[in-house]
Amino acid sequence: MGRVDGKVAFITGAARSQGRSHALRLAQEGADIIAVDLCDDVESVRDFYPGATAEDLTETVRQVEELDRRIVASQADVRDQTGLSQALADGVAQLGRVDIVCANAGIFTQGAADEIDESSWRDMMDVNLTGVWRTCKAAIPHLIEGGRGGSIIITSSGAGFKGTPNTAHYTSTKHAVVGLMRTLANELAPHFIRVNTVHPTAVDTIMIQNERTWGLFRPDLEHPTREDAADGFATLNALPIPWVEPVDISNAVLFLASDEARYITGVALPVDAGMSIK
Amino acid sequence: MGRVEGKVAFVTGAARGQGRSHAVRLAEEGADIIAVDLCAEVRGMGYPAATPDDLAETVGLVEALDRRIVATQADVRDYDALRQALDDGVAQLGRLDIVAANAGIGSLAYAAQDISDEIWQDMIDVNLTGVWHTTKAATSHLVSGGRGGAIVITSSAAGLKGYANIAHYSSAKHGLVGLMRTLAAELGPHNIRVTSIHPTQVATDMILNDSTYRLFVPDQENPTEDDFRAASQLMHMLPIPWVESVDISNALLFLASDEGRYITAVALPVDAGVTQH
Repeated sequence: MGRVDGKVAFITGAARSQGRSHALRLAQEGADIIAVDLCDDVESVRDFYPGATAEDLTETVRQVEELDRRIVASQADVRDQTGLSQALADGVAQLGRVDIVCANAGIFTQGAADEIDESSWRDMMDVNLTGVWRTCKAAIPHLIEGGRGGSIIITSSGAGFKGTPNTAHYTSTKHAVVGLMRTLANELAPHFIRVNTVHPTAVDTIMIQNERTWGLFRPDLEHPTREDAADGFATLNALPIPWVEPVDISNAVLFLASDEARYITGVALPVDAGMSIK
Repeated sequence: MGRVEGKVAFVTGAARGQGRSHAVRLAEEGADIIAVDLCAEVRGMGYPAATPDDLAETVGLVEALDRRIVATQADVRDYDALRQALDDGVAQLGRLDIVAANAGIGSLAYAAQDISDEIWQDMIDVNLTGVWHTTKAATSHLVSGGRGGAIVITSSAAGLKGYANIAHYSSAKHGLVGLMRTLAAELGPHNIRVTSIHPTQVATDMILNDSTYRLFVPDQENPTEDDFRAASQLMHMLPIPWVESVDISNALLFLASDEGRYITAVALPVDAGVTQH
Protein backbone atom coordinates (compact mmCIF):
# COMPACT_ATOMS: atom_id res chain seq x y z
CA MET A 1 0.00 0.00 0.00
CA GLY A 2 1.58 3.25 -1.15
CA ARG A 3 1.43 6.35 0.99
CA VAL A 4 -0.61 8.25 -1.65
CA ASP A 5 -2.32 5.24 -3.25
CA GLY A 6 -5.17 6.11 -5.59
CA LYS A 7 -4.59 9.85 -5.47
CA VAL A 8 -3.86 12.12 -8.45
CA ALA A 9 -1.18 14.83 -8.29
CA PHE A 10 -0.92 17.95 -10.46
CA ILE A 11 2.72 19.02 -10.85
CA THR A 12 3.99 22.14 -12.60
CA GLY A 13 7.54 22.27 -13.91
CA ALA A 14 7.49 18.48 -14.20
CA ALA A 15 9.84 18.03 -17.17
CA ARG A 16 13.03 17.69 -15.09
CA SER A 17 14.76 18.30 -11.75
CA GLN A 18 12.55 18.71 -8.67
CA GLY A 19 9.32 18.52 -10.66
CA ARG A 20 10.26 15.21 -12.26
CA SER A 21 11.47 13.92 -8.91
CA HIS A 22 8.12 14.81 -7.31
CA ALA A 23 6.27 12.99 -10.10
CA LEU A 24 8.37 9.86 -9.64
CA ARG A 25 8.31 9.83 -5.83
CA LEU A 26 4.53 10.30 -5.72
CA ALA A 27 4.08 7.67 -8.45
CA GLN A 28 6.27 5.24 -6.48
CA GLU A 29 3.81 5.67 -3.63
CA GLY A 30 0.77 5.03 -5.79
CA ALA A 31 -0.32 8.36 -7.31
CA ASP A 32 -1.19 9.12 -10.92
CA ILE A 33 0.23 12.34 -12.31
CA ILE A 34 -0.95 15.38 -14.26
CA ALA A 35 2.25 17.04 -15.46
CA VAL A 36 2.82 20.40 -17.11
CA ASP A 37 5.95 22.23 -18.14
CA LEU A 38 6.74 25.20 -20.34
CA CYS A 39 9.41 23.18 -22.17
CA ASP A 40 10.99 26.37 -23.42
CA ASP A 41 13.31 29.16 -22.35
CA VAL A 42 11.98 32.11 -20.40
CA GLU A 43 13.47 35.13 -22.15
CA SER A 44 15.32 36.66 -19.18
CA VAL A 45 16.58 33.28 -17.95
CA ARG A 46 18.22 32.22 -21.20
CA ASP A 47 21.60 33.70 -20.33
CA PHE A 48 21.71 31.82 -17.01
CA TYR A 49 20.64 28.28 -17.89
CA PRO A 50 18.54 26.60 -20.60
CA GLY A 51 14.87 25.80 -20.12
CA ALA A 52 13.55 22.26 -20.07
CA THR A 53 12.63 20.66 -23.39
CA ALA A 54 9.76 18.59 -24.75
CA GLU A 55 12.16 15.61 -24.65
CA ASP A 56 12.64 16.17 -20.90
CA LEU A 57 8.88 16.02 -20.35
CA THR A 58 8.67 12.86 -22.46
CA GLU A 59 11.31 11.31 -20.24
CA THR A 60 9.25 12.12 -17.13
CA VAL A 61 6.28 10.42 -18.79
CA ARG A 62 8.37 7.36 -19.58
CA GLN A 63 9.69 7.05 -16.03
CA VAL A 64 6.24 7.41 -14.44
CA GLU A 65 4.75 4.84 -16.81
CA GLU A 66 7.61 2.50 -15.98
CA LEU A 67 6.24 2.54 -12.42
CA ASP A 68 2.87 1.36 -13.80
CA ARG A 69 1.22 4.65 -12.97
CA ARG A 70 -0.73 6.83 -15.38
CA ILE A 71 0.41 10.30 -16.41
CA VAL A 72 -1.17 13.03 -18.53
CA ALA A 73 1.51 15.49 -19.63
CA SER A 74 1.04 18.81 -21.45
CA GLN A 75 3.20 21.69 -22.49
CA ALA A 76 1.69 24.67 -20.67
CA ASP A 77 2.87 28.00 -19.29
CA VAL A 78 2.00 28.94 -15.70
CA ARG A 79 1.72 32.53 -17.00
CA ASP A 80 -1.20 31.51 -19.25
CA GLN A 81 -4.28 30.84 -17.11
CA THR A 82 -6.35 29.48 -19.98
CA GLY A 83 -3.71 27.03 -21.17
CA LEU A 84 -2.84 25.94 -17.62
CA SER A 85 -6.46 25.43 -16.55
CA GLN A 86 -7.16 23.50 -19.77
CA ALA A 87 -4.18 21.19 -19.19
CA LEU A 88 -5.41 20.45 -15.66
CA ALA A 89 -9.02 19.98 -16.79
CA ASP A 90 -7.87 17.49 -19.44
CA GLY A 91 -5.86 15.61 -16.84
CA VAL A 92 -8.76 15.46 -14.39
CA ALA A 93 -11.07 14.28 -17.20
CA GLN A 94 -8.69 11.43 -18.00
CA LEU A 95 -7.60 10.46 -14.49
CA GLY A 96 -10.88 11.16 -12.74
CA ARG A 97 -9.78 13.40 -9.87
CA VAL A 98 -7.09 15.60 -8.37
CA ASP A 99 -5.95 15.46 -4.73
CA ILE A 100 -2.43 16.88 -4.62
CA VAL A 101 -1.07 20.06 -6.18
CA CYS A 102 2.68 20.70 -6.43
CA ALA A 103 3.19 24.32 -7.47
CA ASN A 104 6.80 23.70 -8.35
CA ALA A 105 7.49 25.58 -11.60
CA GLY A 106 9.99 28.38 -11.04
CA ILE A 107 12.98 30.26 -12.38
CA PHE A 108 16.14 31.75 -10.88
CA THR A 109 18.25 34.63 -12.11
CA GLN A 110 20.63 37.01 -10.38
CA GLY A 111 21.49 40.65 -10.19
CA ALA A 112 22.01 43.43 -7.64
CA ALA A 113 18.65 45.00 -6.78
CA ASP A 114 19.42 48.26 -8.55
CA GLU A 115 20.66 46.47 -11.67
CA ILE A 116 17.77 44.04 -12.25
CA ASP A 117 16.09 45.14 -15.46
CA GLU A 118 12.34 45.50 -15.89
CA SER A 119 11.91 42.35 -17.94
CA SER A 120 13.87 40.16 -15.48
CA TRP A 121 11.81 41.52 -12.59
CA ARG A 122 8.55 40.98 -14.46
CA ASP A 123 9.38 37.44 -15.62
CA MET A 124 10.28 36.52 -12.05
CA MET A 125 6.99 37.89 -10.66
CA ASP A 126 4.96 36.33 -13.47
CA VAL A 127 6.44 32.84 -13.13
CA ASN A 128 7.40 32.43 -9.47
CA LEU A 129 4.50 34.26 -7.83
CA THR A 130 1.64 34.80 -10.25
CA GLY A 131 2.28 31.38 -11.79
CA VAL A 132 1.77 29.78 -8.37
CA TRP A 133 -1.45 31.71 -7.88
CA ARG A 134 -2.62 30.60 -11.33
CA THR A 135 -1.78 26.99 -10.48
CA CYS A 136 -3.85 27.18 -7.30
CA LYS A 137 -6.64 29.04 -9.07
CA ALA A 138 -6.87 26.30 -11.69
CA ALA A 139 -6.88 23.53 -9.08
CA ILE A 140 -9.10 24.86 -6.29
CA PRO A 141 -12.47 24.25 -8.03
CA HIS A 142 -11.48 20.64 -8.79
CA LEU A 143 -10.34 20.07 -5.20
CA ILE A 144 -13.51 21.54 -3.72
CA GLU A 145 -15.74 19.69 -6.14
CA GLY A 146 -13.97 16.42 -5.33
CA GLY A 147 -15.20 16.77 -1.77
CA ARG A 148 -12.33 14.68 -0.39
CA GLY A 149 -10.11 17.53 0.81
CA GLY A 150 -6.64 17.82 -0.68
CA SER A 151 -3.12 19.08 -0.26
CA ILE A 152 -1.46 22.00 -2.04
CA ILE A 153 2.32 22.19 -1.69
CA ILE A 154 4.00 25.36 -2.92
CA THR A 155 7.74 25.30 -3.53
CA SER A 156 9.22 28.38 -1.90
CA SER A 157 12.91 28.53 -0.93
CA GLY A 158 15.36 29.24 1.87
CA ALA A 159 15.09 32.67 0.24
CA GLY A 160 11.46 32.64 1.38
CA PHE A 161 12.73 33.28 4.94
CA LYS A 162 16.03 35.04 4.45
CA GLY A 163 17.32 37.75 2.22
CA THR A 164 20.25 36.71 0.06
CA PRO A 165 22.31 39.18 -1.97
CA ASN A 166 21.75 39.53 -5.71
CA THR A 167 18.30 37.92 -5.68
CA ALA A 168 15.89 40.74 -4.76
CA HIS A 169 13.34 39.65 -7.37
CA TYR A 170 13.64 35.94 -6.57
CA THR A 171 13.60 36.54 -2.80
CA SER A 172 10.55 38.79 -3.11
CA THR A 173 8.57 36.12 -4.94
CA LYS A 174 9.62 33.35 -2.57
CA HIS A 175 8.56 35.44 0.44
CA ALA A 176 5.33 36.33 -1.32
CA VAL A 177 4.22 32.74 -1.83
CA VAL A 178 4.32 32.33 1.96
CA GLY A 179 1.66 35.01 2.23
CA LEU A 180 -0.31 33.32 -0.51
CA MET A 181 -0.01 29.97 1.26
CA ARG A 182 -1.17 31.32 4.63
CA THR A 183 -4.16 33.02 3.04
CA LEU A 184 -5.15 29.96 1.03
CA ALA A 185 -4.76 27.74 4.10
CA ASN A 186 -7.36 29.85 5.88
CA GLU A 187 -9.69 30.03 2.90
CA LEU A 188 -9.61 26.34 2.05
CA ALA A 189 -9.47 24.69 5.48
CA PRO A 190 -13.26 24.37 5.75
CA HIS A 191 -12.98 22.02 2.74
CA PHE A 192 -10.15 20.03 4.40
CA ILE A 193 -7.81 21.33 1.71
CA ARG A 194 -4.41 21.88 3.30
CA VAL A 195 -1.88 24.38 1.96
CA ASN A 196 1.81 24.40 2.89
CA THR A 197 5.16 25.57 1.53
CA VAL A 198 8.51 23.77 1.34
CA HIS A 199 11.71 25.80 1.59
CA PRO A 200 14.73 24.09 0.05
CA THR A 201 18.30 25.25 0.42
CA ALA A 202 20.33 24.85 -2.79
CA VAL A 203 19.17 21.74 -4.67
CA ASP A 204 21.48 19.87 -7.02
CA THR A 205 19.76 20.84 -10.29
CA ILE A 206 20.65 22.96 -13.30
CA MET A 207 18.97 25.97 -11.67
CA ILE A 208 22.00 26.32 -9.38
CA GLN A 209 24.50 24.14 -11.21
CA ASN A 210 25.40 26.68 -13.87
CA GLU A 211 28.37 28.93 -14.41
CA ARG A 212 26.56 32.15 -13.51
CA THR A 213 25.48 30.77 -10.12
CA TRP A 214 28.87 29.20 -9.41
CA GLY A 215 30.29 32.65 -10.10
CA LEU A 216 28.29 34.11 -7.20
CA PHE A 217 30.49 32.04 -4.90
CA ARG A 218 33.69 32.38 -6.90
CA PRO A 219 33.73 35.88 -8.41
CA ASP A 220 37.53 35.52 -8.53
CA LEU A 221 37.36 32.86 -11.27
CA GLU A 222 36.58 33.49 -14.92
CA HIS A 223 35.09 30.02 -15.48
CA PRO A 224 34.19 28.54 -12.09
CA THR A 225 33.10 24.90 -11.86
CA ARG A 226 30.68 22.92 -9.68
CA GLU A 227 33.64 21.84 -7.55
CA ASP A 228 34.88 25.42 -7.19
CA ALA A 229 31.49 26.51 -5.85
CA ALA A 230 30.82 23.58 -3.48
CA ASP A 231 32.61 25.05 -0.45
CA GLY A 232 30.76 28.33 -0.95
CA PHE A 233 27.41 26.57 -1.08
CA ALA A 234 28.31 24.64 2.10
CA THR A 235 28.74 27.90 4.03
CA LEU A 236 24.98 28.46 3.59
CA ASN A 237 24.11 25.32 5.57
CA ALA A 238 24.42 24.18 9.20
CA LEU A 239 24.82 20.56 8.14
CA PRO A 240 28.18 19.91 6.45
CA ILE A 241 26.82 19.57 2.88
CA PRO A 242 26.86 21.91 -0.13
CA TRP A 243 23.37 21.12 -1.45
CA VAL A 244 20.52 18.65 -1.12
CA GLU A 245 19.10 16.28 -3.76
CA PRO A 246 15.72 16.67 -5.50
CA VAL A 247 14.46 13.53 -3.72
CA ASP A 248 14.85 15.26 -0.35
CA ILE A 249 12.32 17.86 -1.42
CA SER A 250 10.13 15.14 -2.90
CA ASN A 251 10.14 13.25 0.41
CA ALA A 252 8.91 16.37 2.19
CA VAL A 253 6.27 16.90 -0.52
CA LEU A 254 5.20 13.26 -0.15
CA PHE A 255 4.84 13.63 3.62
CA LEU A 256 2.78 16.81 3.30
CA ALA A 257 0.67 15.29 0.50
CA SER A 258 -0.07 12.07 2.37
CA ASP A 259 -2.68 11.39 5.02
CA GLU A 260 0.13 11.20 7.58
CA ALA A 261 0.04 15.01 7.50
CA ARG A 262 -3.76 15.21 7.51
CA TYR A 263 -3.80 17.97 10.14
CA ILE A 264 -0.78 19.97 8.93
CA THR A 265 -1.76 23.21 7.19
CA GLY A 266 -0.49 26.78 7.05
CA VAL A 267 3.06 25.52 7.59
CA ALA A 268 6.30 26.71 5.99
CA LEU A 269 8.57 23.65 6.10
CA PRO A 270 12.30 24.19 5.52
CA VAL A 271 14.29 21.39 3.88
CA ASP A 272 17.38 23.49 4.14
CA ALA A 273 20.17 21.73 6.05
CA GLY A 274 19.81 24.41 8.73
CA MET A 275 20.24 27.40 6.38
CA SER A 276 17.66 29.30 8.46
CA ILE A 277 19.95 29.43 11.53
CA LYS A 278 23.13 30.37 9.66
CA MET B 1 11.82 -2.43 4.99
CA GLY B 2 10.70 -0.06 7.73
CA ARG B 3 11.39 3.63 7.52
CA VAL B 4 13.60 3.57 10.66
CA GLU B 5 14.74 -0.06 10.36
CA GLY B 6 17.65 -0.95 12.62
CA LYS B 7 17.65 2.33 14.50
CA VAL B 8 17.22 2.79 18.25
CA ALA B 9 14.98 5.53 19.67
CA PHE B 10 15.01 7.05 23.15
CA VAL B 11 11.49 8.18 24.13
CA THR B 12 10.75 10.10 27.34
CA GLY B 13 7.23 10.11 28.77
CA ALA B 14 6.67 6.78 27.03
CA ALA B 15 4.11 5.25 29.41
CA ARG B 16 1.05 6.59 27.60
CA GLY B 17 -0.32 9.38 25.43
CA GLN B 18 1.95 10.70 22.70
CA GLY B 19 5.04 8.98 24.12
CA ARG B 20 3.49 5.53 23.84
CA SER B 21 2.25 6.35 20.36
CA HIS B 22 5.78 7.42 19.34
CA ALA B 23 7.27 4.18 20.68
CA VAL B 24 4.71 2.06 18.85
CA ARG B 25 4.88 4.00 15.55
CA LEU B 26 8.70 3.90 15.46
CA ALA B 27 8.65 0.21 16.38
CA GLU B 28 6.17 -0.47 13.55
CA GLU B 29 8.78 1.01 11.20
CA GLY B 30 11.60 -1.11 12.57
CA ALA B 31 13.14 0.76 15.52
CA ASP B 32 13.99 -0.60 18.95
CA ILE B 33 13.01 1.57 21.90
CA ILE B 34 14.57 2.92 25.08
CA ALA B 35 11.61 4.15 27.13
CA VAL B 36 11.47 6.19 30.31
CA ASP B 37 8.59 7.66 32.27
CA LEU B 38 8.23 9.18 35.71
CA CYS B 39 5.08 7.11 36.35
CA ALA B 40 4.15 9.52 39.14
CA GLU B 41 2.39 12.84 39.67
CA VAL B 42 3.92 16.32 39.43
CA ARG B 43 2.34 19.16 41.45
CA GLY B 44 -0.21 21.24 39.59
CA MET B 45 -0.66 18.88 36.64
CA GLY B 46 -4.44 18.94 36.99
CA TYR B 47 -4.92 15.34 35.83
CA PRO B 48 -3.81 11.87 36.99
CA ALA B 49 -0.26 10.79 36.18
CA ALA B 50 0.85 7.74 34.21
CA THR B 51 1.48 4.55 36.22
CA PRO B 52 3.98 1.68 36.10
CA ASP B 53 1.15 -0.39 34.59
CA ASP B 54 0.92 2.12 31.73
CA LEU B 55 4.63 1.76 31.04
CA ALA B 56 4.29 -2.03 31.16
CA GLU B 57 1.55 -1.76 28.54
CA THR B 58 3.84 0.24 26.26
CA VAL B 59 6.43 -2.52 26.66
CA GLY B 60 3.85 -5.13 25.69
CA LEU B 61 2.73 -3.17 22.61
CA VAL B 62 6.30 -2.75 21.32
CA GLU B 63 7.19 -6.38 22.00
CA ALA B 64 4.04 -7.48 20.17
CA LEU B 65 5.62 -5.84 17.10
CA ASP B 66 8.71 -8.05 17.56
CA ARG B 67 10.87 -5.08 18.47
CA ARG B 68 13.02 -4.80 21.58
CA ILE B 69 12.36 -2.26 24.33
CA VAL B 70 14.24 -1.30 27.48
CA ALA B 71 11.88 0.55 29.83
CA THR B 72 12.79 2.33 33.06
CA GLN B 73 11.02 4.54 35.57
CA ALA B 74 13.05 7.73 35.51
CA ASP B 75 12.46 11.43 36.11
CA VAL B 76 13.66 13.92 33.49
CA ARG B 77 14.38 16.30 36.40
CA ASP B 78 16.97 13.84 37.78
CA TYR B 79 19.84 13.99 35.31
CA ASP B 80 21.87 11.17 36.84
CA ALA B 81 18.95 8.74 36.83
CA LEU B 82 17.92 9.71 33.32
CA ARG B 83 21.49 9.31 32.07
CA GLN B 84 21.72 5.89 33.77
CA ALA B 85 18.48 4.73 32.16
CA LEU B 86 19.70 5.77 28.73
CA ASP B 87 23.18 4.29 29.24
CA ASP B 88 21.59 0.98 30.23
CA GLY B 89 19.37 1.04 27.16
CA VAL B 90 22.26 1.79 24.81
CA ALA B 91 24.30 -0.97 26.46
CA GLN B 92 21.51 -3.47 25.80
CA LEU B 93 20.40 -2.29 22.35
CA GLY B 94 23.81 -1.34 21.02
CA ARG B 95 23.28 2.17 19.65
CA LEU B 96 21.23 5.35 19.68
CA ASP B 97 19.88 7.21 16.63
CA ILE B 98 16.65 8.98 17.54
CA VAL B 99 15.68 11.03 20.58
CA ALA B 100 12.03 11.89 21.20
CA ALA B 101 12.09 14.45 24.03
CA ASN B 102 8.39 14.08 24.70
CA ALA B 103 7.92 14.06 28.48
CA GLY B 104 5.91 17.04 29.63
CA ILE B 105 3.11 18.18 31.86
CA GLY B 106 0.05 20.34 31.39
CA SER B 107 -1.37 22.58 34.05
CA LEU B 108 -4.38 24.07 35.70
CA ALA B 109 -5.22 27.54 34.42
CA TYR B 110 -3.56 30.42 36.29
CA ALA B 111 -3.22 34.07 35.42
CA ALA B 112 0.51 34.80 35.22
CA GLN B 113 0.52 36.79 38.46
CA ASP B 114 -1.24 33.95 40.30
CA ILE B 115 1.25 31.19 39.45
CA SER B 116 3.02 30.11 42.65
CA ASP B 117 6.78 29.74 42.72
CA GLU B 118 6.39 25.97 43.12
CA ILE B 119 4.04 25.57 40.16
CA TRP B 120 6.29 27.77 38.01
CA GLN B 121 9.40 25.87 39.01
CA ASP B 122 7.94 22.42 38.44
CA MET B 123 6.77 23.43 34.97
CA ILE B 124 10.17 24.80 33.96
CA ASP B 125 11.95 21.82 35.55
CA VAL B 126 9.94 19.23 33.64
CA ASN B 127 9.04 20.90 30.34
CA LEU B 128 12.25 22.84 29.70
CA THR B 129 15.10 21.62 31.90
CA GLY B 130 13.89 18.03 31.48
CA VAL B 131 14.31 18.34 27.71
CA TRP B 132 17.78 19.80 28.13
CA HIS B 133 18.64 16.86 30.44
CA THR B 134 17.31 14.46 27.80
CA THR B 135 19.42 15.95 25.03
CA LYS B 136 22.43 16.27 27.34
CA ALA B 137 22.25 12.58 28.19
CA ALA B 138 21.87 11.61 24.54
CA THR B 139 24.42 13.85 22.82
CA SER B 140 27.55 11.87 23.66
CA HIS B 141 25.91 8.63 22.50
CA LEU B 142 24.84 10.21 19.21
CA VAL B 143 28.23 11.81 18.58
CA SER B 144 30.24 8.71 19.48
CA GLY B 145 27.97 6.58 17.27
CA GLY B 146 29.31 8.55 14.32
CA ARG B 147 26.19 7.92 12.24
CA GLY B 148 24.48 11.26 12.84
CA GLY B 149 21.06 11.21 14.45
CA ALA B 150 17.78 13.03 14.98
CA ILE B 151 16.58 14.79 18.11
CA VAL B 152 12.90 15.70 17.97
CA ILE B 153 11.61 17.90 20.78
CA THR B 154 7.92 18.08 21.55
CA SER B 155 7.05 21.72 21.97
CA SER B 156 3.49 22.98 21.39
CA ALA B 157 1.44 25.48 19.43
CA ALA B 158 1.99 27.36 22.71
CA GLY B 159 5.69 27.35 21.76
CA LEU B 160 4.87 29.62 18.82
CA LYS B 161 2.04 31.79 20.16
CA GLY B 162 0.85 32.94 23.56
CA TYR B 163 -2.26 31.49 25.20
CA ALA B 164 -3.89 33.16 28.21
CA ASN B 165 -3.52 31.53 31.63
CA ILE B 166 -0.60 29.21 30.94
CA ALA B 167 2.36 31.61 31.13
CA HIS B 168 4.58 28.94 32.68
CA TYR B 169 3.68 26.33 30.06
CA SER B 170 3.99 28.76 27.16
CA SER B 171 7.34 30.04 28.48
CA ALA B 172 8.74 26.53 28.73
CA LYS B 173 7.46 25.57 25.27
CA HIS B 174 8.89 28.74 23.69
CA GLY B 175 12.16 28.05 25.50
CA LEU B 176 12.40 24.71 23.74
CA VAL B 177 12.55 26.46 20.35
CA GLY B 178 15.62 28.37 21.47
CA LEU B 179 17.17 25.17 22.80
CA MET B 180 16.34 23.36 19.55
CA ARG B 181 17.89 26.04 17.34
CA THR B 182 21.04 26.20 19.46
CA LEU B 183 21.46 22.43 19.50
CA ALA B 184 20.91 22.31 15.73
CA ALA B 185 23.79 24.75 15.26
CA GLU B 186 26.05 22.90 17.71
CA LEU B 187 25.36 19.38 16.45
CA GLY B 188 25.02 20.04 12.71
CA PRO B 189 28.70 19.27 12.05
CA HIS B 190 28.04 15.74 13.37
CA ASN B 191 25.03 15.31 11.06
CA ILE B 192 22.82 15.30 14.13
CA ARG B 193 19.60 17.07 13.29
CA VAL B 194 17.46 18.83 15.89
CA THR B 195 13.84 19.83 15.28
CA SER B 196 10.71 20.60 17.29
CA ILE B 197 7.08 19.60 16.76
CA HIS B 198 4.26 21.94 17.73
CA PRO B 199 0.97 20.11 18.28
CA THR B 200 -2.37 21.71 18.88
CA GLN B 201 -4.63 19.92 21.36
CA VAL B 202 -3.98 16.17 21.20
CA ALA B 203 -6.58 13.67 22.39
CA THR B 204 -4.71 12.40 25.47
CA ASP B 205 -5.25 12.43 29.23
CA MET B 206 -3.33 15.73 29.38
CA ILE B 207 -6.07 17.43 27.36
CA LEU B 208 -9.25 15.43 27.87
CA ASN B 209 -9.83 16.40 31.51
CA ASP B 210 -11.85 18.94 33.48
CA SER B 211 -8.87 21.25 34.11
CA THR B 212 -8.28 21.71 30.39
CA TYR B 213 -11.98 22.14 29.71
CA ARG B 214 -11.96 25.06 32.18
CA LEU B 215 -8.85 26.54 30.55
CA PHE B 216 -10.55 26.58 27.15
CA VAL B 217 -14.06 27.47 28.36
CA PRO B 218 -13.33 29.98 31.12
CA ASP B 219 -16.84 31.48 31.20
CA GLN B 220 -18.49 28.26 32.38
CA GLU B 221 -18.19 26.77 35.84
CA ASN B 222 -18.29 23.11 34.82
CA PRO B 223 -17.70 22.85 31.07
CA THR B 224 -18.22 19.45 29.46
CA GLU B 225 -16.21 17.64 26.81
CA ASP B 226 -18.71 18.92 24.24
CA ASP B 227 -18.17 22.51 25.38
CA PHE B 228 -14.42 22.00 25.05
CA ARG B 229 -14.84 20.36 21.66
CA ALA B 230 -16.68 23.39 20.30
CA ALA B 231 -14.25 25.92 21.79
CA SER B 232 -11.22 23.99 20.61
CA GLN B 233 -12.53 23.59 17.07
CA LEU B 234 -13.09 27.34 16.76
CA MET B 235 -9.36 27.85 17.22
CA HIS B 236 -8.45 25.73 14.19
CA MET B 237 -8.49 26.38 10.46
CA LEU B 238 -9.42 22.77 9.76
CA PRO B 239 -12.87 21.86 11.13
CA ILE B 240 -11.64 19.49 13.85
CA PRO B 241 -11.50 19.82 17.65
CA TRP B 242 -8.18 18.05 18.23
CA VAL B 243 -5.63 15.77 16.60
CA GLU B 244 -4.69 12.21 17.57
CA SER B 245 -1.38 11.07 19.06
CA VAL B 246 -0.56 9.19 15.86
CA ASP B 247 -0.57 12.46 13.91
CA ILE B 248 2.30 13.69 16.07
CA SER B 249 4.01 10.31 15.76
CA ASN B 250 3.81 10.45 11.96
CA ALA B 251 5.51 13.86 11.97
CA LEU B 252 8.16 12.51 14.36
CA LEU B 253 8.68 9.48 12.12
CA PHE B 254 9.20 11.69 9.07
CA LEU B 255 11.67 13.94 10.88
CA ALA B 256 13.51 10.99 12.48
CA SER B 257 13.78 8.95 9.29
CA ASP B 258 16.34 9.38 6.53
CA GLU B 259 13.59 11.05 4.48
CA GLY B 260 14.24 14.06 6.72
CA ARG B 261 18.02 13.74 6.45
CA TYR B 262 18.57 17.42 5.59
CA ILE B 263 15.85 18.89 7.80
CA THR B 264 17.26 20.58 10.89
CA ALA B 265 16.55 23.64 13.03
CA VAL B 266 12.89 23.41 11.99
CA ALA B 267 9.84 24.08 14.17
CA LEU B 268 7.09 21.96 12.58
CA PRO B 269 3.49 22.70 13.57
CA VAL B 270 1.00 19.80 13.57
CA ASP B 271 -1.74 22.11 14.60
CA ALA B 272 -4.71 22.15 12.19
CA GLY B 273 -3.62 25.69 11.36
CA VAL B 274 -4.03 27.15 14.85
CA THR B 275 -0.86 29.26 14.72
CA GLN B 276 -1.88 30.99 11.48
CA HIS B 277 -5.61 31.20 12.07
